[in-house]
Amino acid sequence: METGSPGGAETTGTEAAWIGLPPGLLRMRRLLLVVWLGPAAVGLGVLLGLLAGPAWSAFALLPLAGAVWGWVMLGRNWRSWRYAERADDLLISRGVLWREETVVPYGRMQLVEVTSGPVERHFGLASVQLHTAAAATDATIPGLDPAEAERLRDRLTELGEARSAGL
Amino acid sequence: MTAPGVDDGVRGALPERAVVTERRLHPVTPFRRAWAPVAVIVGWAAHDPNQTQEQLTRLTTTTLLIALAVIVPSAALYGFLSWWFTHFAVTDAEMRIRTGLLFRRTAHIRLERIQAVDVTQPLLARIAGVAKLRLDVVGADKKDELAFLGEAEARALRAELLARAAGFAPETAHEVGEAPARELVRVPARELAIALLLTGATWGALAAALVVLPVLWLATHSVWTVLATGVPLLGAAGASSVGRFVGEYDWTVGESPDGLRIDHGLLDRTHETVPPGRVQTVRIVEPLLWRRRGWVRVELDVAGSANSVLVPVAPRAAAEAVVARVLPGVAVPTTGALSRPPRRAGRCFPLWWRGYGIAVTDAVFAARHGLLRRNLALVPHAKVQSVRLAQGPWQRLWRLADVHVDTGADRTVTARLRDVQEAEDLLRGQAERSRTGRRDARPDRWMA
Repeated sequence: METGSPGGAETTGTEAAWIGLPPGLLRMRRLLLVVWLGPAAVGLGVLLGLLAGPAWSAFALLPLAGAVWGWVMLGRNWRSWRYAERADDLLISRGVLWREETVVPYGRMQLVEVTSGPVERHFGLASVQLHTAAAATDATIPGLDPAEAERLRDRLTELGEARSAGL
Repeated sequence: MTAPGVDDGVRGALPERAVVTERRLHPVTPFRRAWAPVAVIVGWAAHDPNQTQEQLTRLTTTTLLIALAVIVPSAALYGFLSWWFTHFAVTDAEMRIRTGLLFRRTAHIRLERIQAVDVTQPLLARIAGVAKLRLDVVGADKKDELAFLGEAEARALRAELLARAAGFAPETAHEVGEAPARELVRVPARELAIALLLTGATWGALAAALVVLPVLWLATHSVWTVLATGVPLLGAAGASSVGRFVGEYDWTVGESPDGLRIDHGLLDRTHETVPPGRVQTVRIVEPLLWRRRGWVRVELDVAGSANSVLVPVAPRAAAEAVVARVLPGVAVPTTGALSRPPRRAGRCFPLWWRGYGIAVTDAVFAARHGLLRRNLALVPHAKVQSVRLAQGPWQRLWRLADVHVDTGADRTVTARLRDVQEAEDLLRGQAERSRTGRRDARPDRWMA
C-alpha cells in the first residue's frame, strides 16, 4: 500500500498524481476510537471488579484490544484512500480488504456536494461527494481540508460543465 | 368526445414572450376520482371481514341512503375540484403542469430531458375514449402524468412534445404531426402463450400451491388459513401467466424518426415512445426452457421509465435485429465472442462461474451471467456513468476482481471474477472508451 501523506504525490507512467488524505482524518478517527473505547474499558473493568470480583475485570482488556486493533485498522484504511484528478475523470481508490476503485468521468457529474459534520468541522475537515445519474456510483472523498474540498468542488464543477453530456 | 376546456392563460403570470396557453384535462377525469371512496370501503372490508359483516347487519335502508347522499356528492365535488385546478401547458422548452387544490404543485419538465413518452389506456378509459399521457424524465413523479386526455388529443400532444423535444422550430412543432412508424417485430399470441407456459415462475407457484395447501389443510383444518395462503400463491401464478399474457398481448415494436415505438396490451393498451439515444442498457434474457426453441426475451432500461420489456419473446435472430435498430451499429456478441473468467474463478463461485462472460466491442460493453437462465447485458459506451472495480479478500487470494459499470437508468452491469490485471485494464479502458463514445453520441435534440 502506498503511503498517502498530504502532499505525497507520486506519478506512475501516464497516470495522474495520486493524492492521499490529510492526516487530520486519521487523527479524528483515532481520537473518536479512544474516546469511545477508553471509558468503556475503564467502566467495564471497574464494574466487573466491584460486582463480580477482581479476576473478572480482566474482561476490560477486550475493549482495549479492540482499540489497539482499531488503531491499526484505521491507519491501514486511511492509507488506502487516495484520489487522482485525471484529464477527463476522477479516480478514487480505497479499502484494504475490500478494495474498490471508482472512475467517474467529469461530464457525468450531476452534483458535487461538500459536507462537514460538527465533529469534522471541529477538526477542520470536509468531505466531497460526487453524484451521477446512477445511484450506485459511490464516489466520496472524506476528510479533506475545507480549502482543498472547495477547490476540488469548484474544479469538478468547472470540468463537469465543460464536458457535460446528457444521460 | 369534446375538446377539454381551453382557457387563454396569462394566469401563469410568467414573464413569457409568447402567451402560454394553459389547457385542462378531459372532462371525464373527475369520474376517475369517484372510485376513491368506494376503494376505501372495499379496502376496509377486505382488511377486517368480521367487523364488516357485523356492521352490514346493522345497516338500514335509511342509513344507506344517507351515506349515499353524503358520499356521492362529496366524491363528485372532490373529483370536479381536482380537475378544475389541474392545468397543463406546453412551451418552447418545457411542459408545465399545475395542480393541487390545497397544496399547489407546479412541475416544469424540460423537453430535451424527455427519456420516453407513454400513452396508456386502461380498459375503462378505452371505453370512454380517453388516454393517460406520461413523460418519463429522471425523477418524474406518478403525479406528473396527464390523466386523462381525449384519445386524439393525447396523440397530437405526444407528436407535438416529441417534435419540440427533437428540436423542430417551435412555430412548426404542432404541425409536424405524427412521425411515420415502421413495424419491426410483432409477437404472435400463440408464441407468447407458449413462451409463458414455458416459464418456470408459473409452474413453481402452482406446484407450491398444490403441495402447501393440502398440507396446511391437514395441519390446521382452518379454511381461513388455507385461503390466506392459497389466494396469494394462485394470484402469483395467475399474474405471471394470465396477467403477463394480457399485458404483453399483441406486442408490437416499431421504428420511427421519433424513436422506438412499443405498443402492447389486450385490455389496457400502452403506447410507449423512446426517442433515439435514450436506451441505457439492453438485456437479452434466455430462460432455460426457451433455449430449445431458440427464443429470447429482450429487456431495455430507459432512465425514469417504468417499462423494461422491449420484446417479450422472439426468435434470437429477430431479437438481434431489433437490438441492432435500438442501438445503432451494435452487433450482439455471439457466445463464442464472450471471454470467460479464468478457471480459478471456480474457487469463488463453483460451477456458476461458467455462466459469466464479457465482451467489449467498439460500441458496447457486454456482460453475461446465469447458467440456466442466461442474461446478456449490453451497455453502450456512451451511457456509462461510472466504472468501479471491487475486490473482496477471497477474490484477492485468487487474484480476481469484479468490474461494475453503472448506467443512467440506475442499473449496474457487472463483469464478475475477472483476472486482476485484466480488471484493471478494463477499468481504465472502459473510462477511456466511454469518454470517446460520448463524443460521438447523438445530441439530446435528435433532429437538431
